[in-house]
Amino acid sequence: MRAAIYYKIKKSTINTLIHLFLISVTVICLYPLLWMVSSSLKTQETVFKDFSLIPHQLHLNNYVLAWQEGGFGRCFLNSIFYTATVVVGIVIIASLAAYAFSRLKFPGKNVLFIMFIAAMMIPIPGSFVALYVLLNKLHLRNTPVGYILAMINVGLSVSIFLLKTFFDKMPKELEDAARMDGCSKLGIWWHVALPLAKPVLAVVVVFNTLAVWNEYILALIIFDSRQFMPLQVAIKLFQGEFVTNYPLLMAGLTIAALPVIIVYLVMQKYIVKGVTSGAIYG
Amino acid sequence: MLSEGKRFHILSVFIIPVLFLLSLSAGCSPANKSNAKTTITIWHWMTDREPAFQELAKRYEAQTGIKVNFELYAPSDIYSQKVRAAAQGANLPDIFGILGEKRDFASFVKAGYVLALEPYMEENSASWKNDFFPEALAVNEFAQGNSYAVTPGIYAVPIDIMTIQMLYNKDLFKQLGLNPDRPPRTFVELLDIGKKISSTNRGGSAMDYGGKAANMQGMVSGWGDIWMIDCFANNYALNIMGKDKVIATIKGQVPYTDPDWIKVFALFKQMQDSGVFARGLVTMINKTAEQLFANDKAVFAFNGSWGVNVYHGMNPKLNYGVMLPPKASDIYPMAIWGGAGSSFMVNARSKNKEEAVKFLRWLTDRDQQAYLVEATNNLPANKNCLSLAPELLAQFSKGMDNATHPNAWEVWEASTVIEARDKGIQSIIIGEKTPEQVASEVQKVKVRELAKKR
Amino acid sequence: MRIKNILENYLFITPAVLIFAIFYIIPFIYVFRLGFYDWDGIVPLKDAVFVGFANFKEMLFQDPSWWQAMRNAGWVTIIALIFQNAIAFLLAWACDREIKMKNFYRVIFFIPPVLSEIVVGMVWRFIINDVEGANMINRMLTAIGLPNLVHSWLNDPNTALTTVAIVHSWKGFGWGFLIFLAGLQAIPSELYEAAHIDGANAWRSFKNITVPLMMPVIILVSILTVLGTMQAFVLIIGLVGGEFAGHTSVPVLRILAVMRDSSRFGYACAQGISFGTILVIISFIQYRFSKERQPKTA
Repeated sequence: MRAAIYYKIKKSTINTLIHLFLISVTVICLYPLLWMVSSSLKTQETVFKDFSLIPHQLHLNNYVLAWQEGGFGRCFLNSIFYTATVVVGIVIIASLAAYAFSRLKFPGKNVLFIMFIAAMMIPIPGSFVALYVLLNKLHLRNTPVGYILAMINVGLSVSIFLLKTFFDKMPKELEDAARMDGCSKLGIWWHVALPLAKPVLAVVVVFNTLAVWNEYILALIIFDSRQFMPLQVAIKLFQGEFVTNYPLLMAGLTIAALPVIIVYLVMQKYIVKGVTSGAIYG
Repeated sequence: MLSEGKRFHILSVFIIPVLFLLSLSAGCSPANKSNAKTTITIWHWMTDREPAFQELAKRYEAQTGIKVNFELYAPSDIYSQKVRAAAQGANLPDIFGILGEKRDFASFVKAGYVLALEPYMEENSASWKNDFFPEALAVNEFAQGNSYAVTPGIYAVPIDIMTIQMLYNKDLFKQLGLNPDRPPRTFVELLDIGKKISSTNRGGSAMDYGGKAANMQGMVSGWGDIWMIDCFANNYALNIMGKDKVIATIKGQVPYTDPDWIKVFALFKQMQDSGVFARGLVTMINKTAEQLFANDKAVFAFNGSWGVNVYHGMNPKLNYGVMLPPKASDIYPMAIWGGAGSSFMVNARSKNKEEAVKFLRWLTDRDQQAYLVEATNNLPANKNCLSLAPELLAQFSKGMDNATHPNAWEVWEASTVIEARDKGIQSIIIGEKTPEQVASEVQKVKVRELAKKR
Repeated sequence: MRIKNILENYLFITPAVLIFAIFYIIPFIYVFRLGFYDWDGIVPLKDAVFVGFANFKEMLFQDPSWWQAMRNAGWVTIIALIFQNAIAFLLAWACDREIKMKNFYRVIFFIPPVLSEIVVGMVWRFIINDVEGANMINRMLTAIGLPNLVHSWLNDPNTALTTVAIVHSWKGFGWGFLIFLAGLQAIPSELYEAAHIDGANAWRSFKNITVPLMMPVIILVSILTVLGTMQAFVLIIGLVGGEFAGHTSVPVLRILAVMRDSSRFGYACAQGISFGTILVIISFIQYRFSKERQPKTA
């Protein structure tokens, strides 16, 4: 009886400590977000004087103004389009390759894998000049297709690396069973490997969404026409123009952060306890 | 198998919007095929001037029927890379601006990307050329026998001018018991004010976070980035040793270990010791500096004339004046940086270059320049409409008499030397190195650069 | 049959290899070649001057600021590897347990990576700095009775880099958290139950089950941390304005300075290539290390 009480007390102390730790981290994560949102609701006069997180008056029309002045509409759609295409492209291409690197046998496998990983690490300054010249020759400069292909390349290596690490960890029994049932390799990839990899696919999706959504340098260099520009380019222009108007700037930045947060909210649900064998072959 | 539908969930989340948007974007592909009218395309990076440019483009089209297309790309460092990439791909627009040093400008000219404007400027007994401040043109001009080996002439049109000077907050001057209409004129006076500022702060103690300590800062500027330090150091170098000696140093005839240069470096130590610099000055970006000055938190600022617009945006009630950096020597006049703020070049390979030149001519005419002054608070490049500038801008423009710019000189300092010099000054300010140490380090780099040239 | 099998396997990697070859290898060769030229990025490439190994020699022997930048980046990386990943792992471990509000925490911990670098720089300057900010850190130190620890964290060359590293770790731990969480969730709970029945306490099952099974993921996160940290620079500009007399310079800032301010494209390319090579070497050492440590059963 005493042991049980002791055990209970110990457990609740540990839990309290864990919660204290989690809450303190929560506070320092939440603070900048709240600061950004609350600044976006203040006026130019109060933003430097009223440091409280809850503004006395809510100036919601900062958002309307930011949206209009920044001309976000078209760019917002462009960004969603680029992000969606690039992420889908990366998920398919990288998971195919990672699956092959993890499970299939072919000559040159290790060399190719090492090349991909090495590529991930070598930042090429001025590579955009090279990319520019290349896209120009391919007649893909100033086209969404060129931008999307180049962006797929950017996320490919890291995604392959992530996916391969997790494919390596996954039990092979399910695939063997599927093979017995007469599934083709592509069938196993699609019906067995991908569903099992849901948690890491979610990570890949979040990772690449954030990368594509926040990209503006390549876009600015290869696009000449305003109609192709993604949201971050508009944000940069907006920043330049309204750098003195912090509330408006913060409203713009909040608008730009929102979609990524939503994608994360959707995706983090897939990071759950891995489905066990019984659940898949029920 | 577990819920057939759910497996495709992740993908379908994306595929549906993709298909939707594909159909959308197919619907609104551009149809810019009507090339009956000439269109002039201009690339620039000036976010603050974009609305004014768009308005001017509208007016030009109404007057001449020629469409002018201003394309804005920001931030400026990426813009600068874009122009270079476009030059490699032969995709430069009709008119563009470049950012960088004179050396880069020279490269553009030598590579044949930029149209020589001398013939147009000289037309009708140089009527266009005479519209401009000579200082504004000097930056865009290559003189006879210039060391860049560029065919002499003018290669760009300045659309505005700028000077970089010191500003002081009149309200804080009153708080310090100083006359708000008499800024310090000598270096000693400046140091005295520094002592006043630091003693005010000591009273409230910078470390006392309980009450509202008099958190008044000295001079703020974007000295985290080194080029504004370079500008300040140059001012005093010109004041202490004169232009000839500065140029002789660049040519390698005078070493950086010369007593005069050590005197220049030592000024930074004196200013730091007196308390005239804001705390954390060398970790400050200019936006922060502008924000501090605009909100009455700093007594001095070192900033360019573009600041007028920025301060007005942040705090319209800010009460401040413009001054030259107080001189440290009476032998040579105080000098400040000034000249063309931003300039436009015409693409030498453009089909529309005649039209483009005509447009630039129109843009720098009196009326358009006046409009730009009014709409953007920048100093006009056209000297005939300076009188239209508001009071504070006019104060900035007075500095034009003292203005010079390294881009207008016939020689240039190697970027490694500039970097060593400015980094050294940062080290002096944070008390890591003595002026003598910095001088000898800079000289070492200089010797290496000179050896490279030979 | 065998050949058909191999060709079929190649099909899996063909799209990746194609994109990679066109959009990575070709630009890479272009940049690699530029490392041997003196080129300002403006004149046509055919007019660039071939200088052999001069750029590499200058970087190795005549550019102390480059090596200072490498040392700084190394220091930031060490802090990030230890501090950032330890926090990420602890948080992921806590959220993997059956704990109240774990879904709430999961969402919150990913906020920092999502925020714009401008906001992060502004907010943290506001928190840390005493010039324009509220200087909350120092106020807190005073409040808890440690006034002699009050300090200008960002303006002192001795503490600036470490402060930057800590803010960077704060911005980055969300990624580690996410990947660790995905890894932890992939460990079948049967294993823990079996260990529990065998009488193992929480610490023993952490040591004997969690850590060995997580080793590949730990290495993955470490490699990504090294990459992310060695290439960070926007935050540095936001927090300390730039290189701070060299105290906060990092290789990417050097490369940008050389490319932008000095227009020495060739030299920047040489620096980039060498920097990348060093990163590859470090990462492969890490990778090897993980191969040795990996349990055979995994």
